Amino acid sequence: MLKKRIIPCLDIKDGRTVKGVNFVNIRDAGDPIELAKKYAADGADEIVFLDISATIEKRKTLIQLVERIAREINIPFTVGGGISTITDVKNLITAGADKVSVNSAAVQRPELIAEIASEFGSQCLVVAIDTKFQENDWKVFIHGGRTPSKIRTIDWALQTEALGAGEILLTSMNNDGTKNGFALDITQQVSQSVNIPIIASGGAGSLEHFKEVFTKTAATGGLAASIFHYEEKSISNLKTYLKTQNIPIR
Amino acid sequence: MIAIIKYNAGNVSSVQNALRSLGCDSIITNDISTLKKADKIIFPGVGAASSAMNYLREKSLVEAIRGITKPFLGICLGQQLMCKYSEEGDTKCLGIFDTVVKLFPPKNKVPHIGWNNFENIKGSLFKQVLPTDDVYFVHSYYTEICQHTIASCNYINPFSAALNKDNFFATQFHPEKSSLVGKQILKNFIEL
Repeated sequence: MLKKRIIPCLDIKDGRTVKGVNFVNIRDAGDPIELAKKYAADGADEIVFLDISATIEKRKTLIQLVERIAREINIPFTVGGGISTITDVKNLITAGADKVSVNSAAVQRPELIAEIASEFGSQCLVVAIDTKFQENDWKVFIHGGRTPSKIRTIDWALQTEALGAGEILLTSMNNDGTKNGFALDITQQVSQSVNIPIIASGGAGSLEHFKEVFTKTAATGGLAASIFHYEEKSISNLKTYLKTQNIPIR
Repeated sequence: MIAIIKYNAGNVSSVQNALRSLGCDSIITNDISTLKKADKIIFPGVGAASSAMNYLREKSLVEAIRGITKPFLGICLGQQLMCKYSEEGDTKCLGIFDTVVKLFPPKNKVPHIGWNNFENIKGSLFKQVLPTDDVYFVHSYYTEICQHTIASCNYINPFSAALNKDNFFATQFHPEKSSLVGKQILKNFIEL
């Protein structure tokens, strides 16, 4: 049976791991390689690295970091943040990334999804969607959640699937950083609208929140950052708990 | 020395990293004489079947691969390319395994992404591996079960998770990304 995936996310800024709370306040949560190795050893099913460095110059250090990560861990990992061209994708995949995630650039130029899928295959393409409930609907936000796009989340999810996305990483900005649980309604709506896997993100604060997202939605993975970074909950504890709740877990 | 067949697109360095962690030297190449001199060959695959087959034809690798007598391991798309035919891009493939590759029907999420266990396993490639062990899959097309199937997995329908015919082995999953279980499988291949 296919297992539900537990995916820690590391936000990378200038080569270090950080995590924003509601996308604004940032705390340092350590060295990315050390954290990644710890997570892999602790049972992480995949790892996502999101580069939030402000300048192109700083982003270049990301390639070297990706090469080091690829040498150090033997589980799949995704790299995202600021990817806007085929060359960006090629550089990351050549450096050893298994998948890339695209966000703002794909909203601004949706053909990017089709270009990446046709060149490298859908299996390496995660479309990250930042969504926020506003004016009675879930809308897509870009630029790390700073800019509203007016696009309905469901519409965008369907479009990314049609263009060749391999999976969708759906982050609820309303929930992100709150530790009050995942956004079950939009996660389930998107899961039911498309036939590609959905990774739920934003709001995980307890072991029960993962059980909730796996029993009340069709999400195939759950992503979180701070709950794992500050050793509030270890991945192995979470997986042991989910197994006792009869959720398929590696 | 293990040779890893070089591709036009995709991440082949993962396989090299995994071999390095087993203390095994490897070279990434599309040079036929280098492939022939290697003790073992790994044929990873990322991307689409038709463009990969076009690449193999351009590099005159089709007959070269079919003629290899050393232990040979195809991974993911590599496995699919070793079959007769793939529905992906209506592609005629290498024809080493007498079976075909089909698109998963949309009865569940496609691609099949994540960790899944085996239904059955047999043979030396799976020494010290259990059917309940999970390995990492990421694919939208599957290889039908056939006489060469040495491991099966069930997602939407049963499919070949691994194949073997003579010196040719193949896995649909990524051993290089499958943590300790994958490491054991690669070790088993190295020790063949």
